[in-house]
Amino acid sequence: MKFLKKPGAVSCMASLLSILAGILFGFLLLIAFNPSHALSGLVNMTTNGIANSDKLAKVFYMATPLMMTGLSVAFAFKTGLFNIGASGQYVVGAFMAIYGAVQWQLPWYACILLAMLGGAIWGSIPGICKAFFNVNEVITSIMFNWIGLYTVNLILLNSPAMFTNYYVPQAPNTPLTVSLKLANPEAILPKMGMNEWMQSEYINISIFLAILIAVVMWVILNKTTFGYELKACGFNRHASEYAGINARRNIVLSMTIAGALSGIGGALYYLSGTAQYEILKTALPAMGFNGIPVALLASSNPVGTIFSALFVSYIQVGGEALQPEYVKEIIDIIIAVIIYLSAFALLIRGWIGKLVTRRSLESEEKKLSPAGKKGGNTPC
Amino acid sequence: MLKLADILSSTILFAIPLLLVALGGMFSERSGVINIALEGIMVIGALFSCLFLSFLDKNGFGPAHPILACLLAVGIAAVAGVIFSMLLAFASIHLKADQTIGGTALNMLAPAFAIVLTWAVQGQGQSTIVIPTWVRITEANFGLQAGEGFFSRLIFKYFYITTPIAILLLLVSVVVLYRTRLGLRLRACGEHPQAAASVGVNVYKMRYTGVAISGFLAGIGGLAYTVAAGSGFSSSVLGYGFLALAVMIFGNWKPWNILGASLFFAFFKILSSYSASIPFLPRFENIKSSEYIYLMLPYVVTMIVLILTSKKSRAPKSEGIPYDKGSR
Repeated sequence: MKFLKKPGAVSCMASLLSILAGILFGFLLLIAFNPSHALSGLVNMTTNGIANSDKLAKVFYMATPLMMTGLSVAFAFKTGLFNIGASGQYVVGAFMAIYGAVQWQLPWYACILLAMLGGAIWGSIPGICKAFFNVNEVITSIMFNWIGLYTVNLILLNSPAMFTNYYVPQAPNTPLTVSLKLANPEAILPKMGMNEWMQSEYINISIFLAILIAVVMWVILNKTTFGYELKACGFNRHASEYAGINARRNIVLSMTIAGALSGIGGALYYLSGTAQYEILKTALPAMGFNGIPVALLASSNPVGTIFSALFVSYIQVGGEALQPEYVKEIIDIIIAVIIYLSAFALLIRGWIGKLVTRRSLESEEKKLSPAGKKGGNTPC
Repeated sequence: MLKLADILSSTILFAIPLLLVALGGMFSERSGVINIALEGIMVIGALFSCLFLSFLDKNGFGPAHPILACLLAVGIAAVAGVIFSMLLAFASIHLKADQTIGGTALNMLAPAFAIVLTWAVQGQGQSTIVIPTWVRITEANFGLQAGEGFFSRLIFKYFYITTPIAILLLLVSVVVLYRTRLGLRLRACGEHPQAAASVGVNVYKMRYTGVAISGFLAGIGGLAYTVAAGSGFSSSVLGYGFLALAVMIFGNWKPWNILGASLFFAFFKILSSYSASIPFLPRFENIKSSEYIYLMLPYVVTMIVLILTSKKSRAPKSEGIPYDKGSR
């Protein structure tokens, strides 16, 4: 029981408990909508992600962008900023990567760097507005989500080389950008032979890159002076200024890094060679917003986001197996319930904490009480 | 001149949901609870009222008594919004949870729940609830002749029951916030809850009230958005709740400023759909899909105005901080 005294272990327990409760709630929903398939639905939902290697590859493939946008939100959270603009940064990053790959015929690593730059710029603007003009970062991020989406669509629609019918004239006119296999195979992320081993087109090195970046972020936040300064700004901006920390610089840097992370997320998803960017007029891609629950489920811990992104992706892939008996949005309800319950983390932590301290008190009493009495002398 | 009437009337049409939802957000934040869940509350309000409207359409009550049916739908939207917002209130007030977490969860829950329920009611694959045509109020509802003059275009081109209700609710909001004991206490709880508690104000009750009012207004706002968007309800309000949050900050947490901000934003928003027919606006002949430039316009203009006026912006001091009786 000793490990339960660590705050990290307790919040991990709290997350696991909420996940269990969420899945239980999902099961009840399945029973409510279609009782005859409920049990098989539950089994499909929870095992589809490991049903075969192709499904597992898809879990990794979907987890990568989630991990990056989750990291982005978590990193900004640590500095006391709410980066609701991960969607916009993700779109801009995705655009830079695709544009670099198709228009400039760059290799994949250069495309990722470009995407990082694009996301960083998109993230830095809300940071600058917050630090120097005191404009709430939530509102700026929301505005820049849409500005980003419209700018990207405008540029894409004015670049004929981005679409399939530029290469294959008889192809129909679609709102999807050209497949990288056709336009620039050099820009597709290397698969290192894993595609043959896992028998899946979805697998590539992106998941490993994302995990590596998450670990680097953990080191920056927890083992460097810079990370300490960032967290100090998050806890209390005025106190950190008083201690000689340049809060303005840190706010801008934090948002810039957060933006860069989301941008990389966009690149890793669209450089896979299996995804094509779709031009939508009225909706931002869901990947950006789904970064928020990923970050929250991980209590904004960068290493935690690795696991929470994998979990969210796993259960979303599981949701595909629910069809056609059920709507796959039941998965979104389950994730929402999990997040809602993890909001009670404080409460659950309190319970576990109480339980642990009571246990340890009792055991100490046992040690202290004279032998033979079996600790019967209760203090109260 | 008729064009001007059209532009004004669609500006009002799109300003109404922003106004209602931003006012809702204002009540919640003034009481000290950040309401990120506005988007979700809008979806739930729209969902239940649209289901109700289509139910009334089928059983014949709606076409026979359109105004009464619309009023009932507004009531349903409000009640649904209040009930849903209580989930946020419970997490963030009683359990002292991080307010953005609860809000994010509700934003995820609402559209998913809407799709599941719509499918359950309408059958598989039927994800759009069609809004009956009688919801729009025309001259005929008042026994008038359909006219083509400036005022009849201005008023009746896009006239829904939500518009007069929103104006009424704006006035009520101003009175409640600034002229009643409830409003004073609510504001005190958003600024310094411990001080409010020390003079006998029940902070929990005030914050619950604030969130409930925001659910009430945002639920109606969801219906107002859906009728304004026109193409039926398909489980989403396309980020309008977040926009309303921006409008609320833009309006500096004050009702009249919020009215101004929502009209301002709505005007630039509808400009994109009228840009082709207004002679003095630039055309961008050699750019494809130039409508995107106009779509971007409201966001860019709002950003510029925000940067210029940001020195005066002041959020309620204790918003986002769970109330803890122990800390004085």
